[in-house]
Amino acid sequence: MNKRQNVTMKGTKDGITLHLDDACSYEELKKELNHKLIESSKSQEDKLISVLVHTGNRYLTSSQEEEIKELIRQKKNLVVESVLSNVLTKDEAEKQKQANEIVSITKIVRSGQVIEVPGDLLLIGDVNPGGTVRAGGNIFIMGELKGIAHAGYYGNQEAVISASIMKPTQLRICDSITRAPDEKQDENSREMECAYMNEEQQIIIDRLQVLVHVRPNISNLQGGF
Amino acid sequence: MGEAIVITSGKGGVGKTTTSANIGTALALQGKRVCLVDTDIGLRNLDVVMGLENRIIYDLVDVVKGRCKMQQALVKDKRFDDLLYLLPAAQTSDKNAVDPEEMKILIDDLKQDFDYIIIDCPAGIEQGYRNAVSGATKAIVVTTPEATAVRDADRIIGLLEQEDHIERPRLVINRIRPQLMKNRDTMDIDDITRHLDLELLGIVADDDQVIRATNQGEPIAMDPNNIASIAYRNIARRILGESVPLQQLQEENTGVFTKIKNFFKVK
Repeated sequence: MNKRQNVTMKGTKDGITLHLDDACSYEELKKELNHKLIESSKSQEDKLISVLVHTGNRYLTSSQEEEIKELIRQKKNLVVESVLSNVLTKDEAEKQKQANEIVSITKIVRSGQVIEVPGDLLLIGDVNPGGTVRAGGNIFIMGELKGIAHAGYYGNQEAVISASIMKPTQLRICDSITRAPDEKQDENSREMECAYMNEEQQIIIDRLQVLVHVRPNISNLQGGF
Repeated sequence: MGEAIVITSGKGGVGKTTTSANIGTALALQGKRVCLVDTDIGLRNLDVVMGLENRIIYDLVDVVKGRCKMQQALVKDKRFDDLLYLLPAAQTSDKNAVDPEEMKILIDDLKQDFDYIIIDCPAGIEQGYRNAVSGATKAIVVTTPEATAVRDADRIIGLLEQEDHIERPRLVINRIRPQLMKNRDTMDIDDITRHLDLELLGIVADDDQVIRATNQGEPIAMDPNNIASIAYRNIARRILGESVPLQQLQEENTGVFTKIKNFFKVK
């Protein structure tokens, strides 16, 4: 009987794609992968080749993934570009979902209170002085921002902050900070504004409408209108 | 079954104790049985404002620790016939002498005998505050128009919102100086109410007579003609469910000279 191949190798113009079968045992897979690699590495020249590993419907724990990567790396001219899989654990899925989801809260964030969400935040209410809102993604405030807002809390420079009335004590995006000017400004000119980080890592405050141009990927409406 | 209302502010010196004394007095004037509870253990002074200092024999800590009966510790205000009582704080212990559970039992006990229990909360957000709010079901937040007081009031409202047993607090803006407010040197009433997002229970003007009354141990609410007294009486009526319009606080410049001046300004 002709044994089915557990590891198939495909050359593309960007490097090699390794398809690992998801029905066999992990040990078997490792053994065969090792064989294949030894076999093929003989025929290769001394140039670095990037490898894309595709594990199909098999879930690899992070230690298994490391093992496979190590196995490939041992062959001196192979570099693992990334490991792809069709499956995710529930935890990972939950995390991904949270990071992409927009959490809406209706509340007044008062002095001393901190609200933190992993994804985008839609706050319907005010942030009073001394209050803080933090988000892994963008912050949209339908109300008055008088406290501190920190968008892109986990290092997303693309994150923006927008508010119906923008009078913050501090704005933070990623690791940049800007604060309100010391001199009092005129009262009514701070409506419908947004803050984003420009190429020089500076926080710019501008009319809400400029977001269309500087952060077009905020809109995620599918199709046209 | 009575109602327990905590009077709190976060910041010190905005007039919690004065407000407690006067709301209590005004409620008693309306014929309600009222007990004032001073929870500022170690720094009591509600008794001084009420002029009852020399009648204290036992205090709140004595009751909680079982060293005396409740009736022995309650100080009766002679000016009111069996309507107004004070449960004084201890002066020799500190805030940790009592815990929130003990306090709740004490307040629940008082609820059986009184229509209103007015709890005077100490400044700060530590143990003393937690003791004061543990037995209450309603809260009044006192602030002045100063930014510092409003900031601390905001903080305390945030904390009160986390207490499930307390209804949405109501706001008293104290020590208003109409002239400063008019010149926009302080936040005005609308600003403060909108900023704190609370129902406004009353406004009280800054009045020298209040200080004088406090020093004499006679709450200003006893004086039927004083502007601050009327404010406290209005607050008491609103607590009882009446709808009373807000006081006009503008300084009345009705002298002949100002009238003439205004006359020429108009045209």
